[in-house]
Amino acid sequence: MAAVKETVETVGEIEKYKYGFFTDIESEKAPLGLTEDTVRFISAKKDEPEWLLEWRLAAFRRWQTMTEPTWAKVTYPPIDFQDAYYYSAPKQTVKLDSLDQVDPKLLETYEKLGIPLTEQKMLAGVAVDAVFDSVSVVTTFKEKLAEAGVIFCPMSEAVKKHPELVKKYLGSVVPSSDNFYATLNSAVFSEGSFVYIPEGVRCPMELSTYFRINEKQTGQFERTLIIADKGSYVSYLEGCTAPQRDENQLHAAVVELIAHDDAEIKYSTVQNWFPGDEEGKGGVYNFVTKRGDCRGENSKISWTQVETGSAITWKYPSCILRGDNSRGEFYSIAISNGRQQVDSGTKMIHLGRNTTSRIVSKGISAGRSSNTYRGLVSVHRKAENVRNFTQCDSLLIGDRCSAHTVPYIETKNPTAILEHEATTSKIGDDQLFYCMQRGIGEEEAVALIVNGFCRDVLQQLPMEFAVEAQKLVGISLEGSVG
Amino acid sequence: MLEIRNLHVTVGGKEILKGIDLDIRAGEVHAIMGPNGSGKSTLSYVLAGRDGYVVTEGSIRFKGKDLLEMNVDERAAAGVFLAFQYPLEIPGVTTMTFLKTALNAQRRARGEEELDAVRFLKLVREKSRPLNVSDDMLKRSLNVGYSGGEKKRAEVLQMSLLEPVLAVLDETDSGLDIDALKTVAEGVNALRSPERAMVVITHYQRLLDYIVPDVVHVLSQGRIVKTGGKDLALELEKSGYAEYGADAA
Repeated sequence: MAAVKETVETVGEIEKYKYGFFTDIESEKAPLGLTEDTVRFISAKKDEPEWLLEWRLAAFRRWQTMTEPTWAKVTYPPIDFQDAYYYSAPKQTVKLDSLDQVDPKLLETYEKLGIPLTEQKMLAGVAVDAVFDSVSVVTTFKEKLAEAGVIFCPMSEAVKKHPELVKKYLGSVVPSSDNFYATLNSAVFSEGSFVYIPEGVRCPMELSTYFRINEKQTGQFERTLIIADKGSYVSYLEGCTAPQRDENQLHAAVVELIAHDDAEIKYSTVQNWFPGDEEGKGGVYNFVTKRGDCRGENSKISWTQVETGSAITWKYPSCILRGDNSRGEFYSIAISNGRQQVDSGTKMIHLGRNTTSRIVSKGISAGRSSNTYRGLVSVHRKAENVRNFTQCDSLLIGDRCSAHTVPYIETKNPTAILEHEATTSKIGDDQLFYCMQRGIGEEEAVALIVNGFCRDVLQQLPMEFAVEAQKLVGISLEGSVG
Repeated sequence: MLEIRNLHVTVGGKEILKGIDLDIRAGEVHAIMGPNGSGKSTLSYVLAGRDGYVVTEGSIRFKGKDLLEMNVDERAAAGVFLAFQYPLEIPGVTTMTFLKTALNAQRRARGEEELDAVRFLKLVREKSRPLNVSDDMLKRSLNVGYSGGEKKRAEVLQMSLLEPVLAVLDETDSGLDIDALKTVAEGVNALRSPERAMVVITHYQRLLDYIVPDVVHVLSQGRIVKTGGKDLALELEKSGYAEYGADAA
């Protein structure tokens, strides 16, 4: 308990130092701790309908009977859930006048990532001048989406404007009783995104573009719900390659995806939260539940993730392959450096006939970090002709880190064909020497080798983003050799 | 261009080179021959600056500068190139990407402008043709699944693209059949120029039929025991290394 408090204080210190100012914002906070009243407070603040409050309360009561999972290969001091605030009114972001006021280190990273100047300003919270009218850009996007009939809005807005959709789908993939963190999220989630793609519509843009321009407020307990109706397609990008700092140490998000007949959802994530200092102090704990339901026939859900941040990552984006001929994919790059601990992977649950899945996981461990792939491929009794291919590759840099692979395979149908390939390799001194002999500096050489190792996954990312992600791979490993 | 004086080198605490003196001028091709374990590869690694090769005595000057003061990548940018006996595989990095990264890193280090994709592609095509390096090969991961001949051709391609001042070829003939050897030798010969020096390290005389050296040195037990013209290589072919205090090869 004391340890957590200390860590929270450390984060506070770091934030203070980083931004050089400390503002006392008069926010409307819920009282410290978590009780039924807190849940009621949140629901009332958001002016929610009765059914949602009941849903939250049911989750809260369930949560009280649950205990934290301990099976993951991560260690951290116990979290005191009563020593936290579960709601504060939207933060008043302090607007700066120019980039000169932004921490030069942050700017250096933006520079390395090749983020355009205007976007740098937005990310750093600098007021953008009228020359580049962000509002109009956003409006253009909104109009374009509306024309296509796509609904894309904050969750709280969806609750008000599209209650029937929210009521129908919320918790239908990740039930409010699913697991400790998902249940906690169900009780106290404050914001998130809602996406609905109507039948036969191909979403006219990457839903990322909009996001990156709209300065994103990452909440502590985000709730995202994406529904792709029959024959529709959407590509959604979450996160940002720019480093994200957050004073909330504990993050427990829930993401639910639903793909109906012939629909396809592509969900890409780049997670680059504060990993903690050299000793691992103050980093974000990221406990996420992400699950997609291939509810219809011939539907497809594809998860692509690049995980470089957080002190602890506990995350298993999964697919329930319910519809016949549906397909699930999971492409992952998880990089850990310093004292980071990653326990991540996927679950492919094959329920329908002729369902296929593909898992490509690339884990890179450096420093004193620990990197675990944990995955489940499950084939149910009625699922005929299932195919799965799994590839898990681990790359080690240095001799103080570790990599683990924990694959679970369950099959109750003899027609299933499951393949699993795994490799572990180390960046060799001879490989580095070879690159350097050609004139490539050490850090660039490491980045080059690691990017080569991750190529299969990087290719799955939306184009503009792949370039940034490649650079990010290099940056996250800076200082890992030598 | 290259002056080596009284060079002593230890590897893992064991002295491998025991006082080497060598002068190489621009435009010259020197062959270094010797039995296994004589220190040939050690010499090439010391020139390139590999970790674990400790210079205990002596000096190496390259273009008037102290080579031993420079990092591996600095030496490369200054024009030192080592063609590896066993080129390394870099999975997922295409030969094309690798070449571009290397060339632009060197240009950056020398304060030159980086080549854009179009100019680079044109250059690579031009350099690849004489070496029989196909587009397909350039698109594959560097050295992954390459045959012995392809690996050596890729090495010569890198050399041709990076245009070094001093090229060290470490046992470039090993693992090559006669046709592959000819292609590689032609590639190397095409790079001979009055501004460039080469050091050809080999166990066998065979390679020197195709890359004819100006000077031949015999290295044995960490010392240069004999220096002569190209005929010295032929002599060695007949008599072997026995008279230089080593087992016959």
